Amino acid sequence: MPKVKVDGVELEVPAGATVLQACELAGKEIPRFCYHERLSIAGNCRMCLVEVKPGPPKPQASCALPASEGQEIRTDSEMVKKAREGVMEFLLINHPLDCPICDQGGECDLQDQSVAYGRGGSRYHEHKRAVTEKYMGPLIKTTMTRCIHCTRCVRFSEEIAGVDEIGALYRGETMQISTYLEKAAKHELSANVIDLCPVGALTSKPYAFEARPWELKKTLSIDVSDAIGANIRLDSRGREVLRILPRVNDDVNEEWLADRGRFMVDGLTRRRLDRPWLRRDGKLVAATWAEAFAAVASINPSASVAVVAGDLVDCETMFAAKQLAGALGSSLLEGRQTGLAYTASNLAAVAFNSTLGGIEESDAILIVGSQIRDEAPLLNARLRKAVKRGAKVFVIGPVWDTTYPATFLGEDASLLFNLPADVTEAFGAAAKPAIIIGGGALAKGALEAGLGFAERFNLVREGWNGFNVLHMAASRMGGLMLGYAQPGGLADLVAAKPRMVISLGADEVDWTKFADSMIVHIGHHGDKAAHAADVILPAAAFSEKDGTYVNTEGRVQFAERAVFAPGEAREDWTILRALADAFGVNVGFDSFEQLRAAMIAQVPALGQEGLAYYGALPAAPATADCAGTIGYPIKDPYLNNAIGRASPTLQRCSAELLHGELQAEAAE
Amino acid sequence: MALADKDRIFTNLYGYQPWNLAAAQARGDWDNTKDLIARGRDAIIQEMKDSGLRGRGGAGFPTGMKWSFMPKESKDGRPSFLVINADESEPGSCKDREIIRHDPHKLIEGALVAGFAMGARAAYIYIRGEYIREAETLFAAVAEAYDAGLLGKNAAGSGYDFDVFVHRGAGAYICGEETAMIESIEGKKGQPRLKPPFPAGAGLYGCPTTVNNVESIAVAPTILRRGASWFSSFGRENNKGTKLFQISGHVNTPCVVEEEMSIPFRELIEKHCGGIRGGWDNLLAVIPGGSSVPLVPAAEIMDAPMDFDGLRALGSGLGTAAVIVMDKSTDIVRAISRLSYFYKHESCGQCTPCREGTGWMWRVMERLRTGDADVEEIDMLFNVTKQVEGHTICALGDAAAWPIQGLIRHFRPEIERRIAARADVREAAE
Repeated sequence: MPKVKVDGVELEVPAGATVLQACELAGKEIPRFCYHERLSIAGNCRMCLVEVKPGPPKPQASCALPASEGQEIRTDSEMVKKAREGVMEFLLINHPLDCPICDQGGECDLQDQSVAYGRGGSRYHEHKRAVTEKYMGPLIKTTMTRCIHCTRCVRFSEEIAGVDEIGALYRGETMQISTYLEKAAKHELSANVIDLCPVGALTSKPYAFEARPWELKKTLSIDVSDAIGANIRLDSRGREVLRILPRVNDDVNEEWLADRGRFMVDGLTRRRLDRPWLRRDGKLVAATWAEAFAAVASINPSASVAVVAGDLVDCETMFAAKQLAGALGSSLLEGRQTGLAYTASNLAAVAFNSTLGGIEESDAILIVGSQIRDEAPLLNARLRKAVKRGAKVFVIGPVWDTTYPATFLGEDASLLFNLPADVTEAFGAAAKPAIIIGGGALAKGALEAGLGFAERFNLVREGWNGFNVLHMAASRMGGLMLGYAQPGGLADLVAAKPRMVISLGADEVDWTKFADSMIVHIGHHGDKAAHAADVILPAAAFSEKDGTYVNTEGRVQFAERAVFAPGEAREDWTILRALADAFGVNVGFDSFEQLRAAMIAQVPALGQEGLAYYGALPAAPATADCAGTIGYPIKDPYLNNAIGRASPTLQRCSAELLHGELQAEAAE
Repeated sequence: MALADKDRIFTNLYGYQPWNLAAAQARGDWDNTKDLIARGRDAIIQEMKDSGLRGRGGAGFPTGMKWSFMPKESKDGRPSFLVINADESEPGSCKDREIIRHDPHKLIEGALVAGFAMGARAAYIYIRGEYIREAETLFAAVAEAYDAGLLGKNAAGSGYDFDVFVHRGAGAYICGEETAMIESIEGKKGQPRLKPPFPAGAGLYGCPTTVNNVESIAVAPTILRRGASWFSSFGRENNKGTKLFQISGHVNTPCVVEEEMSIPFRELIEKHCGGIRGGWDNLLAVIPGGSSVPLVPAAEIMDAPMDFDGLRALGSGLGTAAVIVMDKSTDIVRAISRLSYFYKHESCGQCTPCREGTGWMWRVMERLRTGDADVEEIDMLFNVTKQVEGHTICALGDAAAWPIQGLIRHFRPEIERRIAARADVREAAE
C-alpha cells in the first residue's frame, strides 16, 4: 500500500494502482480519452499527463505509470496545465468543427474536455485532415474525420469481443481506424464501441440525427432480449423510446450490452397491437375493449383455462394471470413455450449458480448444449475472461466460434456419461470447476445427467457452486419461481384440452396444438401468437410498464416505465384485473401496489433486489437418461423475440450479418 | 592526436579485404572467443563498465550498465534475449551498414559475447529493410558461423548455447526505437510501447531483453581482448573510446571513418574529409549527430570536441556521430523543412502530440521556407515544438522538434528576412 502525495495531500493507494487512480482517489479529475477501466492501457492520447517526482523533468502519462511509495504528484501545476492545453490543441487541429451536426454533441468527451482544459482560440491555419468514411455494418455509423485515434474500439474488439474486426491502418497523421477490408463488424457486442468512442467518429447508425441527449428522459430498465438481465437505460422523448444504452453493473453486464438488446428499440414502435381485435369468421377484425371482454366472457371457461407466459413478460403480469387462473380454479401455468419439460421442483437445479461474475474465476468449464454467443452474448465475454485467466473450456454440441480456445467433444448428449480422459483430468484437478447446461441440452434431458456430473466432480464446494443452467428468456426464472412449470411441460396443457388459453405474449408456442381452445392473447406485438389468437387484448411492452425480472442467476431486478403504451393498449395487469371482472371472480388486488404486495407475500424473494436464495442443489437421481444429437434452439439471434422481429434494424442485421445479403450501401 | 592504425577496431571498414569468416579470422575476429567467455559474466560486464563505452545508437547510455540490468538468472523460466538494432534509418547515419557489409563477424562475435554476458538465450539482429545486400551478407555470415560451430549448441566451444537470428524490417524509421523494434519482431505493427515496464524486465515476447546498437556490440570483443584501459585511453573523461564518424554533405571527400572520441571538428574534417567545400569561411552550419539533433552554426562547431558532452554543451548532441556539413550554398530553412517532412512521414501515429504535431510543424516550416508567414508564427512554431517535446511515448517527438528548435535558435534572422522579402513582393503586387 504505497503512500503518495497528490497536490500536497498525502494518501494511501492500493498496491498496483496507477498514478491516475491515485489522483482519482484523491478526488482530482484527470482528463483522458484513451484510458478505459475495462480495456488495456494504451497511453496514447497523452491527455492524462501529470507532474511526478521523482522522475524525469517532463510530464508523465498518469494512466500508465504505477503509483509508488513517496511519489509527489501534481495535477495543478503550470507544467500540467500547459501539457493539457497542448495535447488538447493537437487533438483539435485536425478535428472538424462540426459539433452542430454531430450526434455525439452534448455527450462528447472531446467537447467537454476542450471546454475544461483547452485554450480559447486556435493557432492552426493549415488545412484540416479529412478521412473517408468506413463501412462498419448496419449498426455503426462512421465519421472518421472526427477520430482522435484513442484505439478504444480496437482494444475492445480485440480484448472483450475477442475478434480482430477493427484495427488501425497506415501511420502518422494518415492513420485510420477501419474494419478489415471495410467489412461489417459482425460480433454480437460490436455496437459497444459506439459508447466507447469518446468522440463522434463511431455513432449509432439507426439513431443518427434522432435526438440530442438533453432532450431525452432517462429511465432505468432491464434488458429482456435474453436471460442475462443486462441493466439498461431507456432514453425517451415524448411517447417514444429512442435508444437503449447499457448501465454499469459489475455483477451483471459490466458496462456492455448485446447488440440485439440495444437495437431492438425501433421494434417498440412497429407492428404494435394498439387496439383489441376479435376473430370473426376466421378473420381478425378491430373491436372495442367492451366487445373484446364480452367475447371472452361469453365463453366462461371456469377451471378449464390455461396460461402460457411468453419470454418477455415481467413477474407481475405472470402473477396476475396466475391469480386469475387460480380464481377460476386452474393451475395450468407454463412458460417453457417450446415444450421443455425439465424438473423445476428445485430452483437451485435450474439457476446459474456460479453467478456471471463468479464464472470468470472458474478454471474448468463444460458447456453442454449452448451456443452462448447467440443465447447470452454477455456471458461469452465473461467466459473469455475466464479463459484468459487460464480456464479450460469443453463443449458438447455442434461447433461454433467461441472467440477463445475451447475443445469440442462431440454433438451427442450422451457424451456426458462418457467423457474423454482429458476432460475428467481437467475437472479432477480444477479448483473451481463448472458446468453450463443450455436449452439444447435440457431438451435432451441433460439436467439429471448434469446433476450427476456435478456430484461426480464435486462442483459444489466451500465458497463455490459450479452448477449452472443457462436460460434464454427474460421471464424464465421469474416464471419458475411463480410456478409456471408443469411436470410434463407444455404437453400437459395440450393434454388438458382447456377451453381457453391465455397467452401472455407467448409468441414461440406452436398454437396449432390448441386449435380447439379459445386463444386469448395479451401481447404487444402483432407476431406469431396474434396470428393464432381468437381475441387480442393489446398490452404494454417492457418499456411501458413497471416490472420485476429475474435473470438466469436468480437475480431479482426492477425495471421502470419509460413511456405509455400506444393507442388503446393497456398495462398487462390491468387487462387481467378487468378479465377477472368479466369472469366475475376475485383476484385480490385493485392496484399495482396491491398486486405487488400479494406477489411478494406469495414469493418473498421477488420483493428483494439481488440474488434470490434457492437452497441446496438436489441429489442427483440414481439413473439419468440423456441422449441424442444436440441442436441449438436459437436459429436467428437477432430475431428471437417479437420486438426483435419487428425491428427494421435487427431485420437488417439478420439479413446482412447472418445471411450475407449484400446491402446496397456496402456495394457502393 | 589522431587515431593510429594499430588502434583501429574496424580494420576492414572499407572492404579492402573480404568479409568472410576466413578473412575475419585473419583479422583477429573469433580468436579464442572461448577464453573471453571463460572470464565469466561478471568479469565481462565489469570490463565493459571500466572501458567507459557509451551506447553508440544515439542516446549514449553506458553499455556495461545496460547489460548489468538483465536478470542474473531466470526466476520463472523465461529466457532472456539480446536484440541488436541494425535498423539504421536516421538520415545521415551509415556506420552500421559499413560494419555489416565488411565486418559482419565482428558483430556476430560481439553478439555471442554480449549475449553470454547478459545471460541471453539468443540474439535477434533487426536489420533495416532497405539494406538488401547487407542483409544477404549478414545471413551468409551467420550461416558461416553456424557451420564453423561458432554459434548454436556449445557456441565456439565455450559450452554456452547461443543462437543468432536475423530479422529484416520493412522500412519504418520508428522500428529503430527499441520497443517498437520488439513489437515489430513479434510481428505486430511497429509502435513504441509504454515504459515502464522496461525491456530489461519485459521485452521481446515478454522476456527480459536488452536492445543494443550494432556498433556497441561489434566493439565489445575487441575491448575485451585489448582491455578496458586501452579503450578508455582515447577521448575525454566520460566520453571514452573510438567511434565511427560518418561525414556527409559539403566536404570535399565524405567518408565513414573510425576516430578517437573528442576529436575537434576541424581536425576531423581536415584530416579525413579534405576540408570544407570552398574553405572554412564557406561553412554555414553542421548537424553533428544525425538528423534528429539541433544544428550548430559554423562559428560554434569549428573547434568543438566531437563527443557526447562537448556537443551537448553547444545545445546539440553526438547522436550517432552522423555529421552533416552544410556550406553557405545551403537553403538552411528548406533543409530543416525536409527533415520535418521526414519526421511527419515516419511518425507512427500512436500518440497525439507527435501524430498531429509533426504535420503541423512541417506545414508551417514549408511556409517559412517561402516566407509566406507572419513573424509571430516563428514563435508559435517554437512553442509547438515545445508542446511536442517531452510529451510523447517515445523520442520521435523530440527528434522532430529539435531540428526546428535549432534552426529558430540560430537562424531566426534568415527566416525573418524571407518573411519580409515575401511581404515586399506581395505589397508590390497589390
